[in-house]
Amino acid sequence: MIRPIASLGRGTLEALSALGRASMFLAQSAVGIPSREGWHLWLRQMHFIGVMSLAIVLVSGLFIGMVLGLQGYTILVGFGAEDALGQMVALSLLRELAPVVAALLFAGRAGSALTAEIGLMKATEQLTSMEMIGIDPLRRIVAPRLWAGFISMPLLTVGFSVVGIWGGYLVGVQWLGVFDGSYWSNMQSSVAFVDDILNGMLKSVVFGLVVTWIAVFQGYDLIPTSEGISRATTRTVVYSSLAVLGLDFVLTALMFGELG
Amino acid sequence: MKRSKMMEFGVGLFVLAGILGMVFLGLRVSGISLGVPQDTFTLQANFANIGGLKSGSRVAMAGVTIGRVTDVALDTEWLDARVTMELDEDLEGKISRDSTASILTSGLLGEQYVGLSVGGDPEMLEEGDTIRDTQQALVLEQLIQQFVSNMTSD
Repeated sequence: MIRPIASLGRGTLEALSALGRASMFLAQSAVGIPSREGWHLWLRQMHFIGVMSLAIVLVSGLFIGMVLGLQGYTILVGFGAEDALGQMVALSLLRELAPVVAALLFAGRAGSALTAEIGLMKATEQLTSMEMIGIDPLRRIVAPRLWAGFISMPLLTVGFSVVGIWGGYLVGVQWLGVFDGSYWSNMQSSVAFVDDILNGMLKSVVFGLVVTWIAVFQGYDLIPTSEGISRATTRTVVYSSLAVLGLDFVLTALMFGELG
Repeated sequence: MKRSKMMEFGVGLFVLAGILGMVFLGLRVSGISLGVPQDTFTLQANFANIGGLKSGSRVAMAGVTIGRVTDVALDTEWLDARVTMELDEDLEGKISRDSTASILTSGLLGEQYVGLSVGGDPEMLEEGDTIRDTQQALVLEQLIQQFVSNMTSD
């Protein structure tokens, strides 16, 4: 009887301790304006995390938009309401699919790479060497990656939405014959800039911060062996995906539901 | 050095594409107008039932959008729904006092909107006036109930 309760207590304390360490880590690495050299590091990470993720995000956005166009048309045409296709494609993408799918792709491509990179630095004792010569690894290694992920995510989400809406237009209007004017005018009459577009972007800002935070923390906190790196990389993808989906429910309930 | 410049160019292009994407979403998708907000005049109308009409719904005359619903509230004096609308200022003094406001639905699954049809009264509605002649939203349950009660009474 005592043992299960004790193990529950130990588990809770360990979880709280990890959360505390992760929060301290975030606070220590996120503060401070980068120096001239810091900007260069930050730029390099923006290139790796943002620009290099653009291809996978845009291609996925295009296909998801096309699928929405096709599925939406086949359902709506049964009610004679295919003119509402633009509204359906835009709202699905802006409110849900663009922030969530872009964040999941981001976690898989950039998040895992960040964990592996920082983890390998730790395993080869590069981080310790930096500390010994007086360079703070949190400022030099972690902060540029954290900020680059935080800024790249909303930009990737915008790209996803734009390409997805164009994909829906391509299938619905160009291939299936929905009237061009109805596609855009229905979209414009139902999409609100603040309620739909900015709230969707706000979601992506939160996801960007959370995914990058999980990725860099898992890399920094891992056991410095090859097995430790592989486990931390897996944990990054699993935790990030669960965090994105869980937070999406909470943010949706606050922004679009009746709970807010 | 050249690689660094290419990287800077790539990141610059990425950020620029993001900003242009936001502009596209704002203008093309949500239909924000960059011009000065148009001057409007306000009219009100009381309905027995507004159905699914909400703030932001469009107001149309002859099928052309001429304004938006800005507020929907319960009139505590008459205990019906009081709808406030903002219409294009060009129409001020051109809508006759006996005009009718109806709550209509666009298409089978479309949203509800206010449709105005003009009467023949020489007196015109001015800022803040209330349209007296209104037609409530079509509520399917009431229609079925009427139909059933007519059938059973025969």
